[in-house]
Amino acid sequence: MSGIAVYYNNLFETGAAILFVIGLLTLLLHKNLIKKIVGLGIMDSSIYLMLTSTGFVNGKVDPIVEDVLEPVSATFYGNPVPTGLVLTGIVVSVSVTAFLLALTVRLYKYYGTLDLDEILASAKKGDN
Amino acid sequence: MRPIYENIPAVSILFMMLMGIVSVAPKNKKTAFRITVCALLLLFGASLYLTVSLTGGRSFTYAMGNWGAPWGNELRAGPLEALMATVFAFTMLMSVLGGRYDAENDILLEKQPLYYIMLDLLMASLLALIYTNDLFTGYVFIEINTITACALVMAKEEGRTIAATVRYLIMSLVGSSLFLMSVALLYGITGHLLMESLAPAIAKIAETKSYFFPLAALSCMMVCGLSIKSALYPFSTWLPDAHGTATTTSSAVLSGLVIKGYIILMVKVFVRCYSLELVNSLGLTNILFVLGVAAMIMGSVKAIKETHLKRMIAYSSVAQVGYIFIAVGMGTKAGLIAAFFQIIAHAVTKSLIFCCAGGMIDATHHQKQLYELDGAGRRNPVAGIGFTVGGLAMVGIPLLGSFVAKIYIANASVGMGWMAVVALATLGISGVLNALYYLPAIIRIWRCENHEDTKAEKCDGRFAFAAIVLTLVVIALGVCYEPVAKILALGVDLL
Repeated sequence: MSGIAVYYNNLFETGAAILFVIGLLTLLLHKNLIKKIVGLGIMDSSIYLMLTSTGFVNGKVDPIVEDVLEPVSATFYGNPVPTGLVLTGIVVSVSVTAFLLALTVRLYKYYGTLDLDEILASAKKGDN
Repeated sequence: MRPIYENIPAVSILFMMLMGIVSVAPKNKKTAFRITVCALLLLFGASLYLTVSLTGGRSFTYAMGNWGAPWGNELRAGPLEALMATVFAFTMLMSVLGGRYDAENDILLEKQPLYYIMLDLLMASLLALIYTNDLFTGYVFIEINTITACALVMAKEEGRTIAATVRYLIMSLVGSSLFLMSVALLYGITGHLLMESLAPAIAKIAETKSYFFPLAALSCMMVCGLSIKSALYPFSTWLPDAHGTATTTSSAVLSGLVIKGYIILMVKVFVRCYSLELVNSLGLTNILFVLGVAAMIMGSVKAIKETHLKRMIAYSSVAQVGYIFIAVGMGTKAGLIAAFFQIIAHAVTKSLIFCCAGGMIDATHHQKQLYELDGAGRRNPVAGIGFTVGGLAMVGIPLLGSFVAKIYIANASVGMGWMAVVALATLGISGVLNALYYLPAIIRIWRCENHEDTKAEKCDGRFAFAAIVLTLVVIALGVCYEPVAKILALGVDLL
């Protein structure tokens, strides 16, 4: 397979990798706390995209059984486990985001700015 | 029928979570502390019983809800895990007792029950990291660990503790996201999350070399994520602020236990999923070894320059984590035994040092700079003696816990070629560097220029108890270390 075709055939993984790097760099390099939190959101979502895409198997249907009495064979269905994992992951990332936002509100009350560099500088000044 | 002690891992995790909820219920705000202490005592007893039961050399898998592999979620315990749980419960108990006086002063009364919920949850998540046999469960508990640890740092509500918390949280989130990404990739190429199903799948990849590049890349991400969280040197920028500004119990628990939980998980992944040969051939252990050497030197150099007592101790944690990582980085069973001994020795010693630093700071009108602490050991003799013993242990004086850990690391390095040379040289240098900041601090706290100012003051009973017990354990670890080392050797074999 030539270079571009590899990326095209693995669209989800390529997209997830790009989003992950965007999120990671925003989280690490931006000074503004709110932008950092947005970066965190992008990074987490990219991982969920990656995980969900592993559960999708080409040519197979969603694992929903219509007729309960019929015997079920796993060969017809895609993999439901990643979806469950993603649900757990979303719960975790929501709570972490809420915690980070609450901390941001506190910091704004103490220092009157959202710039992390300024906050750390004035925190150091008051250090004893 | 399987023996009844096999229920202890699962029950102890659920029990600590339940205690977290129970401790808020009573009207009296001080009850939360008592409930936590009782819970930790029970946990310590149960873990000790499990350790003793497993010293015959047995490990077992506990399928949650009786759903076995490949569907269910599993816990796994052997002598090593049980011993770690015992040490963690003990250290947590002593840190809670030793820092109680400070916690009463630093945290608002109506928020104190919340503080103890966080401690209980933190203990539950550490136990889960020790016992789990499933990578995704590992991830979930890593996040619980992160949130509770951050909440412990910010419990002392001041601008700078919250700023330190935000820094800590951001670095931790980068680490746990890298870990989750690597788990997602690993699930993509193997289709498993349970460690025992992963082992043959990874062995097959290593053998056939198909998907070998993704495996190497995701292993790097996983190691990188876990080392950020366990404060390996270049990633340790968040540690001094977070550990140095928090209240005493938080500092002791964070430095002594939290960063170790991730290292234990990393070693379990190495041994159970990858096998040591594969990890060595991927070059991961070499990287950890080199970073560990850098941590040992740089942590001490930073500590020498520091004048704030608790931040100095926090930098010393960076150096001590370096010891653990060079032992892991040797990639042998002997190295792992040395690493686990260092984990135990450092957990106990660092908790002692932080508690005693808290005690001395209280006795000196809350002055935290080293130059203000002249004669602090005379004002609070129990704290002074504890700090002296702990400091000497960190320097590596024989008959104290950390000395034995250093001996084991040196022994493990024998016959490793360049690693042996580097490890022995760094052990020597870092011992001298440790002495360069611990000895002046120890001399300073016993200095006496003004007899009026250095009279012994009344000292909190709970703190005195914790400090004395921890001091005795540090000495006991250095004198009769053989039983511990024997259990560790057995446990590493059964890991």
